[in-house]
Amino acid sequence: MSSRQEPRRASSIELERRAFRKKQNSKSVAISFISTLAFAFVLWFFVVNTPGWELVQRSFFNLEVLRGAWPRVIEGLWLNVRVLFFAALGVLILALVLATIRTLRGPVFFPLRALAAGYTDLFRGLPLIIVLYIVGFGIPGLGALPRMPLEFWGTVALILTYSAYVSEVFRAGIESVHPSQRLAARSLGLGYSKTLRLVVLPQAIRKVTPALMNDFIAMQKDVGLISVLGAVDAVRAAQIETAQAFNFTPYVLAGLLFVLLALPMIRLTDWYSSRLRVREQAGSVV
Amino acid sequence: MTSLLRLDNIHKSFGETSVLSGISMDVSHGEVVALIGASGSGKSTLLRCINLLEQIDDGQIWLSGDDITDPRANPDAIRARIGVVFQQFNLFPHLSVLHNITLSLIQVKKMKKSAARDHAHQLLAHVGLGDKANWYPDRLSGGQQQRVALARAIACKPEVLLLDEITSALDPELVDEVLELVRTLKEEGTTIIMATHEMAFARDVADRVFFISGGVIAEGGPAVDVLQNPQDARTQAFLQRFRGQ
Repeated sequence: MSSRQEPRRASSIELERRAFRKKQNSKSVAISFISTLAFAFVLWFFVVNTPGWELVQRSFFNLEVLRGAWPRVIEGLWLNVRVLFFAALGVLILALVLATIRTLRGPVFFPLRALAAGYTDLFRGLPLIIVLYIVGFGIPGLGALPRMPLEFWGTVALILTYSAYVSEVFRAGIESVHPSQRLAARSLGLGYSKTLRLVVLPQAIRKVTPALMNDFIAMQKDVGLISVLGAVDAVRAAQIETAQAFNFTPYVLAGLLFVLLALPMIRLTDWYSSRLRVREQAGSVV
Repeated sequence: MTSLLRLDNIHKSFGETSVLSGISMDVSHGEVVALIGASGSGKSTLLRCINLLEQIDDGQIWLSGDDITDPRANPDAIRARIGVVFQQFNLFPHLSVLHNITLSLIQVKKMKKSAARDHAHQLLAHVGLGDKANWYPDRLSGGQQQRVALARAIACKPEVLLLDEITSALDPELVDEVLELVRTLKEEGTTIIMATHEMAFARDVADRVFFISGGVIAEGGPAVDVLQNPQDARTQAFLQRFRGQ
């Protein structure tokens, strides 16, 4: 029974337990700190003492080259961000359509289902880089469409490939919603599509959100592959700078920038997953 | 003789909501204790605290003289000494009935596979499911699943068995087979603490009954006294509602 009370004073036993837990906690924090430090030192010591370290340091971690490459690489990264935005949007829409088609029942829809299944088979099997070449050089080669910038075709290729993966994630989510939910919705008189839209999909999307976010992070770095088409994104810009300075530091810079770009999303995914877990466990300690 | 399980002034709250505010009781060896009370009165929370699934805010719990609320104690080792059966059975759907039972025997008690298997077969025969060893839980009725859950809980010979409203999720015609098994376990000397809504069963099988209300034991004592001649006004009102049904 819920009843609000005056704050109660903890017994000496409880206070002692809390003190012990607190001490244990600080102890494990200290241990993890020390072990991290020790590990970092060993790694640093090993790397610095390799025979080629001097040379590697000069050609990969050169501050001057980094400063020089910065404007171009950051400009390239902005292109990556824009491509990422449109690709993510396109993937969400196309994947949802594909997943819905694949869960349609009824013999009438067989051709659609088969098409969607064939699509996901094809594009999950095909390496992204080959899709990029075929779409980026093949489609403009037809000469039937107006000239589009290279990054446009890069975005299309990303959407084509990632939709295949993400639609499978959606489909798994849709199928993981218990059939009783469908029955309940249909028993209320909701039709097939309303059941899907108002009852099944909201639950499915909640379940697969961590997996979706993970795919988004994967796409975030694959955006860098549009450079193979010649679009001047962060990777391409780094390549140009590298060729000019005879130094690999621009690549390291581009890599670091990609990591920074992904970090917020990675943390967000972790936070969301742990929140889901806490909710399902309802406060229990195991 | 000291008691098998001793609760001393247990407090537990979830955020601002105080669920248990000072519960104390002694349970002796071989005794069957029933916890009754309205839904949400804290019966399940109390059982979860005993099994260390919830960390208590204050108080102490002793099992066979060991303070199990001491943070230095290994909670896994303590949980292995306590059997629990849940309302929703919580059998592992990916394991056969036999493997549901042998899991802890092999992994926790380090029993040999063949010995664990023999022991599990014996237990299954004991709960009347000797022919279902290789079945998977979803093929069994609720009553059968709950009997498997009981067999799983007693497989490691726990010192005390906690039953958390084990018949609440069952169809009425399946309740009896489970309660019959609990009665058998009592006759074999198992110490049992059960949260229950089955008043008739509590009167028949429990040695003592505790009525929990507002996070405290409003009334406790021999089953017949509490259930048939309650002294506390809250107990009277609660039991009145049950008779009214």
